[in-house]
Amino acid sequence: MIDALDILLNTSMWAAVLRIATPLIFGVLGALLCERSGVLNLGIEGIMTMGAMTGWLAVYMGAPLLVGLMVAALCGALMGLLHAALTVPLGLSQHVSGLGITLFASALAYYLYRLIVVVGETPPAIEPFQPMDLPVLSDLPVLGPILFSQTLPTYLALLSVAVMAFVLTRTPLGLAIRMTGENPHAVEAQGLNPMRIRIGAVVAGSALMAVGGAFLTTAAFNSFFPEMVQGRGWICIALVVFASWRPGKALIGALLFAFFDAYQLRLQTVIDGVPYQLFLMAPYVLSIVALILVARRAEVPAALMAPYRRGER
Amino acid sequence: MRLERRTHVPLYLVIVAPLAAVFAALVLAAGLIAAAGVNPLTAYTEMLRGALGSRLSVTEMLTRATPLILTGLAAAVAFRARLWNIGGEGQFFVGALVTAWIGHSLGVPGWLGIPVLMICGMIAGALLLAGPAFLRLRFGVDEVVTTLLLNFIVILFIGLMIEGPLRDPLAFGWPSSVPVDGDFRLPDLVPRTRLHIGLLFAIGAAGMVWLILSRTVFGAETRAAGLNASAAAFAGISLPKTIMGVALLSGALAGLAGSVEVMGVTAGVTTTMSPGFGYAGIVVAMLAALHPAGVVAAAVFVATVFVGADAMSRATGVPSFIADVIVALCLLTMLIALLFTTYRVRR
Repeated sequence: MIDALDILLNTSMWAAVLRIATPLIFGVLGALLCERSGVLNLGIEGIMTMGAMTGWLAVYMGAPLLVGLMVAALCGALMGLLHAALTVPLGLSQHVSGLGITLFASALAYYLYRLIVVVGETPPAIEPFQPMDLPVLSDLPVLGPILFSQTLPTYLALLSVAVMAFVLTRTPLGLAIRMTGENPHAVEAQGLNPMRIRIGAVVAGSALMAVGGAFLTTAAFNSFFPEMVQGRGWICIALVVFASWRPGKALIGALLFAFFDAYQLRLQTVIDGVPYQLFLMAPYVLSIVALILVARRAEVPAALMAPYRRGER
Repeated sequence: MRLERRTHVPLYLVIVAPLAAVFAALVLAAGLIAAAGVNPLTAYTEMLRGALGSRLSVTEMLTRATPLILTGLAAAVAFRARLWNIGGEGQFFVGALVTAWIGHSLGVPGWLGIPVLMICGMIAGALLLAGPAFLRLRFGVDEVVTTLLLNFIVILFIGLMIEGPLRDPLAFGWPSSVPVDGDFRLPDLVPRTRLHIGLLFAIGAAGMVWLILSRTVFGAETRAAGLNASAAAFAGISLPKTIMGVALLSGALAGLAGSVEVMGVTAGVTTTMSPGFGYAGIVVAMLAALHPAGVVAAAVFVATVFVGADAMSRATGVPSFIADVIVALCLLTMLIALLFTTYRVRR
């Protein structure tokens, strides 16, 4: 029992929380952006897989790590464009299209990986992002190793939360995006094009999701293997609801989730006699519980999943 | 130019739409096969040969199609009522696990045990989907996310059971659950192949579902709930009852798929026994335009792609993941094709 509490006093545990939260932060921001404009993007799981593969592959082929992230973002944006094309101008079922994108993007990622990379006994690896010690700050006691010795993508993720919150709530663009999610006809009345706004939001959101996937292969691990996203995309979809579609709350949700994930990983080593699968189940169970808790007071964007057709009520 | 909803869908479109979707998907995938340095026509010929070229390959393909028919029906039933059951994979596994667990030590003769085990598998699958359906009705929790997350929980639970209480002490290598008793193995449909009479059960289930959907009040209510929920409620249909009924039926079908797969093919449960039957069932249902008869045809097609791709991969070196790409592309192209069956272009 003492061991279980000791874990909480360990700075490496808290540093791991931020690390585990990073792909979730990117993913949840991406999903949030799509949904705020009125489009549910269930392609997230596949888009993250695609980002994980393409980002890794670019680095494997000799590109710098940052270029790897950009390649991932670009590939994610392309998948997002496909989802947007099917759901916005064509107004097709967002559920089915999203699932199709997930199946397609993951299958394509695995196919291209097998085609391009020669896999021996162990999957080939790259030199991943290393923790960056921020000057002065990283020397702070306790906080230094937790907050200021992370990899570059983690800092980018935290920065993205601030940017997303600012853009959505403090800029005309953000107002237009939110309005498109609530009432696209009102947007049209303002002389803006709700279709374009939705397509843009889905493309940008998908790029963010892919960067989250790329974090897995370029920072958390150093190689790509099938099934590595492990439902993180679906957890992000749950986190968006948990966060009431707000970037700040999304960050808190991702951190909370990552805390439980980091904690269960470490508990496995100190608690004997409990099957490890029970620990691994905890994050998924927790996501469902979180959904139930907030479901009653969720402030869903009013036009979420309602296709917009001009001049149609 | 604008789109206008069709009041009547002509029969030729119902048949042409999936064929066109499949054709478009194959053309798109041909580009990827060419990227592997293989002539797409050669690859597709190898695929056809691999799935349909011999008596053995046809039976293998039909063995693969059997669970796909059932998971396809599960998705079709649910999607018709706009219940987004993406948890077919999890329901498949609980059906399989319960069947292996009870079937290992059930002391009754085979003619009685097999139906009992099927019903047990169906109940397990139905109960697993009843949870998310209840959460949606009671708390408004989106069932897409809950059913998806449950898939992960179930797979971990299967791992826990087959490494723990239900571990088969005689299994080597990969952990497997205890097998069902020999009395409850489904008889072969074609001697000396893996094809078992489960295929007949699956086709029978398609017939039953078709009857339920087209000839009963419940069927009419599910369709109404799917087409326009508020109008259905206004007409006096109890939405919660309908949705829950649909959930139980859908979950039972996916659970039955797992049950039949265990009794017909694997005997014991492993975490790798399903190459995504639950997810592929969604594609099957969509390709069938959610029609039970179409589900059988679509399942045979998807099984052909999967079994054929394995053989083609061995012959040409194109990664067998191309099967997943083709099937996923079919889902997207079919979605577009459905647009043309429900709408027409007016100038």
